[in-house]
Amino acid sequence: MELQAVLMAAGGGSRMTDLTYNTPKPMLPVGNKPLMWYPLNLLERVGFEEVIVITTKEVQKMMSTDPKMKPDVKMKLDVVCIQEDGDMGTADALRHIHSKIKTDVLVVSCDLITDVALHEVVDLFRAHNATLAMLMRKAHEFTETIPGQKGKKKTAEQRDFVGVDESGERLLFMANEADLEDGLSIRKSIMRKHPRMHIKTGLVDAHLYCLKKEVLDFLADNKSISSIRGELVPYLVRKQFSKTINCPNIKDDADDQNLKTKDGSTNQELLISSRDEPLLQLAQERSCWNDHRGDMSAAYHGGKLRCYVHIMDEGLCYRVNTLAAYIDTNRLAPKLFEEPAVHSTAVISERCQMGSDSIIGAMCQVADKTSIKRSTIGNSTTIKEKVKVTNSIIMHGVTIEEGCNIQGSVICSNAVIGRGADLKHCLVGNGQRIEPEAERTNEVIVGTDQLMEI
Amino acid sequence: MADSGVTDGAVGKDGIQQAKIEGKELTKEEKQRLRKEKKQQKKNKEKNDENASKESEEKPVSAAAPTPTQPSQKAPSAVPAPASLPVPASEPQPAKSKADMKAERRARQESERASKKKGDAGQPAATGKAKAAPSELQPVVKRLPEHVQVDNPEVLKKLAKKLEKQQIPLRLDYGHKVSLFSHLHQYSRRAPLTQQIGIPSTVIHPAIVRLGLQYSQGIVAGSNARSVALLHAFKQVIRDYTTPPNEELSRDLVNKLKPYISFLNQCRPLSASMGNAIKYIKKEISNIPSQYREEEAKSKLLICIERYIDENIILAAKAIAKSSIEKISDGDVILVYGCSSLVNHILCEAFEKKRKFRVIVVDSRPRLEGREALRRLVQRGISCTYVLISAVSYILPEVSKVFLGAHALLANGYVMSRVGTSQIALVAKAFNVPVLVCCETYKFCERVQTDSFVSNELDDPDDLIVTRKGRTQLEHWQEVPSLGLLNLVYDVTPPDFVDLVITDLGMIPCTSVPVVLRVKNMDQ
Repeated sequence: MELQAVLMAAGGGSRMTDLTYNTPKPMLPVGNKPLMWYPLNLLERVGFEEVIVITTKEVQKMMSTDPKMKPDVKMKLDVVCIQEDGDMGTADALRHIHSKIKTDVLVVSCDLITDVALHEVVDLFRAHNATLAMLMRKAHEFTETIPGQKGKKKTAEQRDFVGVDESGERLLFMANEADLEDGLSIRKSIMRKHPRMHIKTGLVDAHLYCLKKEVLDFLADNKSISSIRGELVPYLVRKQFSKTINCPNIKDDADDQNLKTKDGSTNQELLISSRDEPLLQLAQERSCWNDHRGDMSAAYHGGKLRCYVHIMDEGLCYRVNTLAAYIDTNRLAPKLFEEPAVHSTAVISERCQMGSDSIIGAMCQVADKTSIKRSTIGNSTTIKEKVKVTNSIIMHGVTIEEGCNIQGSVICSNAVIGRGADLKHCLVGNGQRIEPEAERTNEVIVGTDQLMEI
Repeated sequence: MADSGVTDGAVGKDGIQQAKIEGKELTKEEKQRLRKEKKQQKKNKEKNDENASKESEEKPVSAAAPTPTQPSQKAPSAVPAPASLPVPASEPQPAKSKADMKAERRARQESERASKKKGDAGQPAATGKAKAAPSELQPVVKRLPEHVQVDNPEVLKKLAKKLEKQQIPLRLDYGHKVSLFSHLHQYSRRAPLTQQIGIPSTVIHPAIVRLGLQYSQGIVAGSNARSVALLHAFKQVIRDYTTPPNEELSRDLVNKLKPYISFLNQCRPLSASMGNAIKYIKKEISNIPSQYREEEAKSKLLICIERYIDENIILAAKAIAKSSIEKISDGDVILVYGCSSLVNHILCEAFEKKRKFRVIVVDSRPRLEGREALRRLVQRGISCTYVLISAVSYILPEVSKVFLGAHALLANGYVMSRVGTSQIALVAKAFNVPVLVCCETYKFCERVQTDSFVSNELDDPDDLIVTRKGRTQLEHWQEVPSLGLLNLVYDVTPPDFVDLVITDLGMIPCTSVPVVLRVKNMDQ
């Protein structure tokens, strides 16, 4: 067995609480499919037959009842439940399932929607015998207006600085703006080995990682690392150039001391070795290939720990963790799969005007004289006469009475919109009722119980 | 006309087409003969396989000019193609069953094999036909390997079928091929074979997938490195192997290895050294006595592999270094080409033994392997000069010896090595500089080749494209219909240009290669 797939579906969706306070993030509908269907579909298309899904009990229950998951996903899903209010980071979750992992691991996050050719990432992992291979893409600009956003766009989130070498494949440097107090400092040893480094800031990390088994063994021993993206990946990237990995004889190196103070208590060393090491060494020595030129060192500078990144130029790669991303992906999701835009069980009257880029879910009822453009209508939704829905996302079980006008809004499940309501750029929470003849613009309408949450 | 009757029936439709393609003139009798067996063939049409006609034997017309390098005849395939082969031995019998014909053919092949042992061997059947008895008219010529018949659609179909059976994806050729080399595969590095296999590869062992990727991306390059990496991957395969119930390890493991070898072949055509290593492993596996338990058998195989590498690569390098050091004297100026692991090893050893010499490294595009050789030598402290191959006649007056590495040594004494080697040997001969080729005996192969066209490897043509000052002139080379980019990998050097071959068996002239091969075969 070459790779085991692990899907992390226990995330809370902390950046879009308006949507997730009732529906857990992995089950949010995107294009009428639950969000976690997309990474599962990616894995299935590529050829995986088994996936370990780490999620919460609530999601597991919803998964078994959801009509989409059962027939579409043919892989064997091994669901592991963890406590939802515990502070389990992604690395902690990996530690939890350490006993199930027998080979190298491919970790995917449940909010990833992409059409990447996965072999590009895995080939880097295989060909260079890498410890870590990940996927990144230049960030998309979000163009749709976000309901409930008042004023200008919020300031950009903390940026990530990613340093790659000339070929654009080897990861040399990774840090978040939050960790760099005085500025970006790069060690001289790295500059000596890789004099040309490209530092990029506009990349979005797809949270798709190929990790060697030794990394998981290391995680099992080092309980201080709790997040893959926040701690493990920067640690591995730094460790590439650490002297102790390359020369196991030298102890208490000055560099390493600094590392130790930064990372806290990372005791065990990451031992990257493989069977028949001398044979591999011999093959590498006899091979006339080098990954860099211009200095006197052998391929990979003699380092055994290597981290690679595949940066996509084209194609879709979204992480649905903010409202803007959610809205954008709803627009683009239908392009990822070829299902008819209108579900077969939907009942649509003939005098309805439906744009070609809209999706209607199962068992919908759309009455006469409605106009639906650039929208997604969820399952079991009822839309009465003379309703105009433009540029909106309507989730499951919603009832929209006559004469409503809904523009650029997100209506969550089981909401009821009264007659003649006019909603522009609003977000209507789960199960909310909008009174008839209401006119709301740019508002987030959620229940009082949600307002108490922080 | 019993003789010709046999051969007439033998010549398939394709044979005539081939002759026409080769532009050979058909004499009147030949035309008559061909017409006759065309009629006979039509009678047996129902019994014919599709591929049958391709597997035609020699044509009388090719007696005109048996090209030495490309035997134009194709021997019958191992899977006997029924019906096209001589059905009308004496009387035309259209309704012969497949089994009868198979048995007939087998009997004929046996008798021909017996006569081959007595008489001369290896002659193209065209010449043998005139003298030999009808039973020996089955061609004695070895069949062409499929990797040099890429322009023949039937061969491609056969290959596709075979790969499908083994569940290996077929790698598609890329780009416009130069017409002289259209019979060879040409792949693109940007379309790796892993695109078409599932990610957790279940059919192919992950170590083999990794190896194939490393071959196709050039991370493992050089015939020694490739063989060592191959044996390393096989060790992992053997370790992870479990004998299925009711199967014998000695037979099942060989069958398991076959798809892996096809996969590696698709990633990059196998080298001669790899081929010999595979032959050795297969032989060792088949020779495992059946009473061995699985663990014992596996550990025995692992030990065999270790021993093979030790003897043929590590110790051989030591032996060759020892002999070559005698040939290096103080004050020598040695010219090397490209990056040969063996030559680098020799030079480093000689430097350790305190010989005083300097090295000139000659390099060529697009691989520019000489840079790696330069790095390794300079790291040791050897003083080096670096030139491109276009300057070799400029630099040669300074040179006292030329050391070349080899990818394989062919049975007729030709040296197959990186493209450019024969050029260097030629120029060195012109300047009367001795040329020494260093090659381990496990790279000796029984193939015979006198030119670099017949069997070669075409690398990715996009490697030739270079971007200078932001402009890439050849970016859209595929749109120019009259332009073809050719990136050859190997060439053959005739033995007249090579003065000495240094092997682990000693220093031999180029013409002694078949002797060594014979001795090795006798040993086994």
